[in-house]
Amino acid sequence: MPHVLPLTMMPEGKEGKVVSINAGQGLKRRLVEMGFCEGSLVTVHRSERGALVVVVNGIKYALGKGLATKIMVSDC
Amino acid sequence: MEKKKITIALAGNPNVGKTTLFNAITGARQHVGNWPGVTVEKKTGKRTYKDTEIEVVDLPGTYSLTAYSLDEVVARDYVVEEIPDVVVQIVDATNLERNLYLTTQLMELGSKVVIALNMWDLAESRGDKIDTRKMEDFLEIPVVKTVANRAEGIDALLEEVVREVDKGEHHEHEVSYGDDIEKKIIELEGIVGKDSALSGKYPVRWLSVKLLDGDENILEKIEGSSVATQVNSVLSTIKKDDYEAAMAEKRYETINTVLPQICVKCVNEVTFSDMIDRAVTNKYLGIPIFLAMMWAAFEVTFTVATPLMEFVDMFFGWLAGVVAQSITNPVLGSLLGDGIIAGVGSVMIFLPNILLLFLMISLLEDSGYMARAAFVMDKLMYKIGLNGGSFIPLLMGFGCNVPAIMATRTIEDEKERLVTILVNPFISCGARLPVYLMLAGAFFGRNAGTVIFGIYILGIIVAILSAKLIRGTVVKGKPSPFIMELPPYRLPTLKASAIHMWEKGSIYLKKAGTIILAGVVFVWLLSAIPAPGVDAAFASEEILGTEDSLIGVLGHIIEPLVAPLGFDWKVAVALVFGFIAKEIVIGSMGVLYGTGEDEDALAEILTAGAMTPLTALGLMVFTLLYVPCIACVGVVKKETGSWKWTLFMMVYGTALAWIAAFLIYRIGTAIGWGL
Repeated sequence: MPHVLPLTMMPEGKEGKVVSINAGQGLKRRLVEMGFCEGSLVTVHRSERGALVVVVNGIKYALGKGLATKIMVSDC
Repeated sequence: MEKKKITIALAGNPNVGKTTLFNAITGARQHVGNWPGVTVEKKTGKRTYKDTEIEVVDLPGTYSLTAYSLDEVVARDYVVEEIPDVVVQIVDATNLERNLYLTTQLMELGSKVVIALNMWDLAESRGDKIDTRKMEDFLEIPVVKTVANRAEGIDALLEEVVREVDKGEHHEHEVSYGDDIEKKIIELEGIVGKDSALSGKYPVRWLSVKLLDGDENILEKIEGSSVATQVNSVLSTIKKDDYEAAMAEKRYETINTVLPQICVKCVNEVTFSDMIDRAVTNKYLGIPIFLAMMWAAFEVTFTVATPLMEFVDMFFGWLAGVVAQSITNPVLGSLLGDGIIAGVGSVMIFLPNILLLFLMISLLEDSGYMARAAFVMDKLMYKIGLNGGSFIPLLMGFGCNVPAIMATRTIEDEKERLVTILVNPFISCGARLPVYLMLAGAFFGRNAGTVIFGIYILGIIVAILSAKLIRGTVVKGKPSPFIMELPPYRLPTLKASAIHMWEKGSIYLKKAGTIILAGVVFVWLLSAIPAPGVDAAFASEEILGTEDSLIGVLGHIIEPLVAPLGFDWKVAVALVFGFIAKEIVIGSMGVLYGTGEDEDALAEILTAGAMTPLTALGLMVFTLLYVPCIACVGVVKKETGSWKWTLFMMVYGTALAWIAAFLIYRIGTAIGWGL
């Protein structure tokens, strides 16, 4: 049974599917444009300090914790 | 036959090789950074292809055209309002999905688009198969394969561009947003179409789509039009948040339906970049690695620069000798020897240092490491009310604050950008280094390196504390969300990095040839004109740079201001002229103490009683913190658009400098250190 959890809670090295983005309009659009759509697969490379390193569509991003908590993913 | 003239615009995501392609087409040299959004200036170039003269405009790298950041507004306004004949979109073949998102937006704008499929060799080498024929069919856009860094495919691209212009007729390809959204689009089209001023200037469908997209820039345009109330009443019936994201997702959906048919992708494996990132983004290793990199950069700079500096020193010594021998007119001889050669020479001697430091920064930028440094520093930046995005502009300040302040344009949050601009001058630029090297070398001997390092650290601490202070009082707010692309590592080529070094370094050279030259001639003039009531000839030996010259009068007027810091009138004058450029502090001291460009002689005079280690330290700290040079003040005004903030920065810095130097002098005197 897959769980839905914020991206910050995903363990390193795990892949999840974006379920929703709980952000304001501008920010949500920005994230979608960078590839964080509903259904996109996100791999967490690093999640231990202020920011996360994640990979979406083969592109690597550094992502602030605040932003990452707004991205809900399901572990699969 | 008269040549045909066309204009093309280069658009594309950050890090797709846009600037490299621009250079390959026009032959122009410019900076190629490795982090998102380095191209913020509008750059143009010319190229003649067969019988067509092509004007090429390099647009800022953007992920979309939604006017989210300054870069996007610049890019979009150009495409919408200037209407280039063709927009060439550079598409990274290794990242089709995200790149094609921008393509859909360009198509919606009604632009004629030609795709340059860049880095396709990389995509193929990792096993992707891209069918460009099918890509052209689905997108109804010409696609040309290019490898920008080897200048491959440029002619084919230009051929296609010229053919596209000649084609005349233009097919509009639209994204279909699904029934619900389409209904609203049609409704809005009907309303917006009634305003002839709007519909004459912009595509009506695009305006309607952007309105539903919640595009503030377009909303503003509508506000001032005849249809404002009608548009607003339609928009008030929808739930904006839902629409925006839904529309972005529809665009991706459009892409994702065609993507599997044009590109067969291999499974991503762990890459070399990932392995490096494991180390440099590690919780415990990240910051030590960053500090080690910085230390190495400075160490290489100073070690390699020392013999080169001696060479420059020899050259100016030789030049001064030639001038002294061959020019008999005493006034001209003094102008050249005491003024120009002394002033410019004392600045030029640090050119190797500054060039090497720029080379190190360029290597780090071009390799892709800088974006990782931003990630490592995000936590610290968060604590002072900024985010990792502000880090790179601050780091660039070590080279020169002017390009560093311009680099803040990539910061989306206006308040964060303002704070990053205001504290940037505290990051000690290359121009202040000559002052430290001279003073620390003269007064601290073997500990000079440590003292200089301490000054740099002090600058960083002041910048951090000031940011926290400003963020907590006059520019309140929470740090904005941080997201930054970490581009794959690339092995920087010495040639490319040398070009970037030269671009930054030549600014310094130009400054030495213009502002600094003018500055030192001005200083010499003031020191050569006799003071009122003094009976001496212009530029005569006995008044040059003494209290009997005009500069002496000026110095004595401002001396009381800096006397509490232990500075005499000559230092006061040098600091005033340091506003022209901070290097001039040393150059004008050379003139005032009559030692010319001979640094050793100046050091001798200073240590022989003109200054103490305590006042020297105070002067270094004062030079670090007080009002930045005129070029920097100019760029702060330009970037903040506000005299209020520019004045704030000038007064704040100078007040801090005064207090710091005062404390150093008073406390040092009280405990009897360094007198």
